[in-house]
Amino acid sequence: MKKTPLYEKHVALKAKIIDFGGWAMPVQYTNVIDEHRTTRTNATLFDICHMGEIEVRGPQALDLLQLALTRDLAGQKTGQVKLSALLNDRGGIIDDLTVYKMAEDFYMLVTNASTREPDYLRVQSILEEKKFDCRLADVSDKTGKLDLQGPRSEEILRKLTPADLKGIRFYCFSEAQVAGIPAIISRSGYTGEDGFEIYAAAEKMGLIWDALMAAGAPLGMKPAGLGARDTLRLESGMMLNGQDITQEICPLEVPYGWLVDWNKDFAGKTALAAIKDAGIRKKLVGFEMTGRGIARHEYPVTKNGKVIGTVTSGTFSPTLNKAVGLAFVDIEFAAPDTEIDVVIRDTVSPAKIVKLPFYKRQK
Amino acid sequence: MSKSNPTDRLYSKDHEWVKDNGDGTALVGITDYAQEMLTDIVFVELPPIGKKVAQGEPVAVVESVKSVSDVYAPVGGEVVDVNKTLEDTPELLNRDAFNDGWIAKLKIADADELKSLLSAAAYDALIQEEKH
Repeated sequence: MKKTPLYEKHVALKAKIIDFGGWAMPVQYTNVIDEHRTTRTNATLFDICHMGEIEVRGPQALDLLQLALTRDLAGQKTGQVKLSALLNDRGGIIDDLTVYKMAEDFYMLVTNASTREPDYLRVQSILEEKKFDCRLADVSDKTGKLDLQGPRSEEILRKLTPADLKGIRFYCFSEAQVAGIPAIISRSGYTGEDGFEIYAAAEKMGLIWDALMAAGAPLGMKPAGLGARDTLRLESGMMLNGQDITQEICPLEVPYGWLVDWNKDFAGKTALAAIKDAGIRKKLVGFEMTGRGIARHEYPVTKNGKVIGTVTSGTFSPTLNKAVGLAFVDIEFAAPDTEIDVVIRDTVSPAKIVKLPFYKRQK
Repeated sequence: MSKSNPTDRLYSKDHEWVKDNGDGTALVGITDYAQEMLTDIVFVELPPIGKKVAQGEPVAVVESVKSVSDVYAPVGGEVVDVNKTLEDTPELLNRDAFNDGWIAKLKIADADELKSLLSAAAYDALIQEEKH
């Protein structure tokens, strides 16, 4: 298994380590509920070094990304982050990734861990086909990433950086030192809380981790693992690539229609337009269990005994104290308040479709 | 730290315990080590009364936030009672797996099956091995 630069820290903290797509990652240090609630009420620190970073540099970097990605990036300013989708020729989602505009001729793409190579190959093939004047570099191995998430994140990070954190708005970033190390500080995350994603050289991640732990621990900050990351993102209605989204799923079938800007050309547009014209047949929705049990990945969804869909993510929500999930259902059953059933082992248990997100923080 | 394993009962390699009541019935549950591995238990699915299970077959399901785990019957028999308290307070298993967190009461089908189980000392050794 591949190890992040922080692997030894997790072992020393007695984290439970799992194989996450070929990476040895901490799933929990204490327990998921504790780490989840600490993120909602205080702050937690996540090792996210497994995610991918691809640099795009050159005079035609924007031209390449405009053609490769669904989102119109023409208005993006340096220092802004944009979420976008990268599609295959069938209109299916290869990745949902973030685009950092570092300079007029320099962008950084932040990819999911398992999609780093497919993303690179897809964007590189478009670059070669159109002979754009720019180049790609997969810098994932030399780039580390930490997520500091939760309402006390700014208070903790302020101790370690000269950056004007108050001035960094949601989905914006600043280049500044953290604990004396050059870093990118982005106000964003995957938990539904305020917080920061921090990028720096992989070999310096240990120093930043230690500095954040020392600064945060007296305030109640804790490290958190992928278990809490999963329940936090699910409560916030965010999808997990490879589980809720696959290459067979298009943005119109999931809550990603807003990532598609039809006023420009982009790879996969022809196929996606055909899907749009024909009309989608299934849709990803949020649901909560009204009966007993916890819905899990791949459990069947039924209505009057007939299978109408499949659960893609399901868990017990530590904030709401009930079982919630995401499921694909036939389009005629996708409206909020529709009563459905989830087959949990041998039992048919009632559930209800609800609007996403399940949890929204009070600002 | 795990609580020590009581010597008044027997253990399976799958981390269940069985306590013979001496009247042809036995209580079954999961060990403290098992609850520690599962961490935050948020759901317990109990078997219906009257269900017959063979030794080693699933008799209940225990779920943490992250995982779904079968509880295997350490001894075969018929379910004559279940711990209904676990339906509303599954976290009782985290607090007291050996006593208040019992899962089911079985009418033992064949007492000879108990001979295949581990003593508290043998089970201690098993979990020490698993920890390393």
